[in-house]
Amino acid sequence: MTAIITPQLSHLKALEAEAIHIFREVASELERPVLLFSGGKDSIVLLRLAEKAFRPGPIPFPLMHVDTGHNFDEVIEYRDRRAAELGVELIVASVQESIDSGRVREETGPRASRNRLQTITLLDAIGKHSFDAAFGGARRDEERARAKERIFSFRDDFGQWDPRRQRPELWDVYNGRIHRGEHVRVFPLSNWTELDVWEYIRAEELELPSIYFAHEREVFPRDGMLYAVSPYTELLQDEKTFVTSVRYRTVGDMSCTGAVRSHATSLDDVVNEIAATRITERGETRADDRASEAAMEDRKREGYF
Amino acid sequence: MTDLLRFATAGSVDDGKSTLIGRLLYDAKAVLADQLEHVEDVSARRGNDGLDLALLTDGLRAEREQGITIDVAYRYFATAKRRFIIADTPGHAQYTRNMVTGASTADLAMILIDVRHGMTEQSRRHATIAHLLGIHHVAVAVNKMDLVDYSEEAFDGVVREFLDFSTRLGIEDVTFIPISALKGDNVVELSANTPWYKGDALLGYLETVPTAVPPTQQPARLPVQLVIRPGTEGRAIDRRYAGRLEAGVLRVGEEILVLPSGERARIRRIEGPDGELEEASAGLSLAVCLDSELDVARGHMITHVDDAPEPRRELEATVCWLGDRQATAGDRYVLKHTTRTVRARLDAIPERLDVVSLEHAPTDHLALNEIGRVRLRLGEPVMVDPYQQVRATGGFILIDEATNDTVGAGMVAG
Repeated sequence: MTAIITPQLSHLKALEAEAIHIFREVASELERPVLLFSGGKDSIVLLRLAEKAFRPGPIPFPLMHVDTGHNFDEVIEYRDRRAAELGVELIVASVQESIDSGRVREETGPRASRNRLQTITLLDAIGKHSFDAAFGGARRDEERARAKERIFSFRDDFGQWDPRRQRPELWDVYNGRIHRGEHVRVFPLSNWTELDVWEYIRAEELELPSIYFAHEREVFPRDGMLYAVSPYTELLQDEKTFVTSVRYRTVGDMSCTGAVRSHATSLDDVVNEIAATRITERGETRADDRASEAAMEDRKREGYF
Repeated sequence: MTDLLRFATAGSVDDGKSTLIGRLLYDAKAVLADQLEHVEDVSARRGNDGLDLALLTDGLRAEREQGITIDVAYRYFATAKRRFIIADTPGHAQYTRNMVTGASTADLAMILIDVRHGMTEQSRRHATIAHLLGIHHVAVAVNKMDLVDYSEEAFDGVVREFLDFSTRLGIEDVTFIPISALKGDNVVELSANTPWYKGDALLGYLETVPTAVPPTQQPARLPVQLVIRPGTEGRAIDRRYAGRLEAGVLRVGEEILVLPSGERARIRRIEGPDGELEEASAGLSLAVCLDSELDVARGHMITHVDDAPEPRRELEATVCWLGDRQATAGDRYVLKHTTRTVRARLDAIPERLDVVSLEHAPTDHLALNEIGRVRLRLGEPVMVDPYQQVRATGGFILIDEATNDTVGAGMVAG
């Protein structure tokens, strides 16, 4: 047999192959998967990988967005357009409806956020649609509780994550067996870093919502972050607004996502900025992780994304 | 193009493993400002003297409270030369199953040993598991050298003790590095305190050790994950058999075998993530079309005609037991191998491996975290290779049908 010289897959291609393999395993072994799609950069990458995993067939599961009602208009517009282009069903689970029906109570005051309320809306929607698997765009490099999570992450019939009782996960042989009422969260981007996501977006020429690029916006500083002026955030006394050039590094609810000062208007500019940054994306832009030392772990235990 | 090294770290309680990883990340400038600020805050609040770098990796509340690692934490960093994924695995025997999880995807195992104590039962267990999991490179970081005045003699003592053990195991590539995770000696920069040490600092070693490449030189193995039908009007012949090529190379026009049926066909088309390909090599997730209509489904395997695995209903394998309830001869489980799930009966457990003495002792059961040789009888045939030849087609898991838990990690004997 002659020696075969075959190129090793590049780092990004290896991550892509791993993610596609995960998508196909879930689609084969679970009955009713759903892909959590927010219109944020990670879920945009997730959606592209799902397209690649099943083509030339259609994506064999719906998309779902847990909408706090406090999202950026640009992102909601992008979400709806992208789902329509792909011809995939988009389910919108509304936090406002959970509030109206009395399932959750709105926080009040200038620091109120609907971040934590999303968990109830998400779990209700998973139950209502009988989903047994939910793909999420979470990455292990984002946060220290996520760094501990398996690619197939089990939720009991209360939607809870028990970090002390995670299933062993050997090689890439995933055990997707669950009992009725339980579900599994699946994270195909577990091994991707923020920079990988941006490089993939560049390589795939993926369109992003415009707020990821530098734009002029009226903002105000709070807790070391810049928040957008919006109907959903009350200003504290002494907080002054001003207009400056910013972009978003992560996209969540307007009430808990901060902008960063930036003049990066192209993908290349953004990739360069990310490669040189000295601050993590969640540290720089997310108030929801700052509640306590284990803010993410506590929310994840309850069933958060 | 940058390459990627996946390595697993293992150590015993209090030998400074989390501190070493924190040090590696910190000195390689992979810790970002806000993470560092967080560690400074928490260290100060707890009245620690200086930075507690272990806080960078111990992420769960319980871990931070108890100061131990319970489950694997994955960390990502890059230098100009390479990207790294660290699986930081726990040392406690009771969390061995989590160590197995972290080590199963690693190319290299880094074992920490406290120079004052030498090898412990845990370091022996970790070396044994790393070897069984087919990890070819082992780095032994001999830690706390600052507490023995950087004594070469003390270092050599650990080297001798480890080599005696690893030679009996059959580990071929072992590298020893004298370090102090706390002070940073030989972690990123070579230390002036160990002039007698002639090797690389730990990071330099990690940047140059060969990474595992997918087994392209082996015969082709494509476990079918799912069948993709191109639209409702698509012809049967246009069905795509999708999966990850786990070994070898496939080319358009080649004759292949579908197992377990043994039917033959030629590859008419290969589609990778970016479109059509003339050939594809191991590691790629792809889909193929064949030139004739065969019955191919999930759990089948497409292979080369030569060197195809014989479908087998009996297996002999080494198993790490991961379940809380012990395994006894006669027990029934579900076995998942690649994309194929079959029923399995544990016919016999002829022997257990004592991971400390490396002696094989007769037994009839395996308890949590024990390793043994087993014989399995299967409800349907599986297409396996020896684990030491191809990890992806030599490894399997055992699932308890009552709890759905993954209770065993199996490696097919060669």
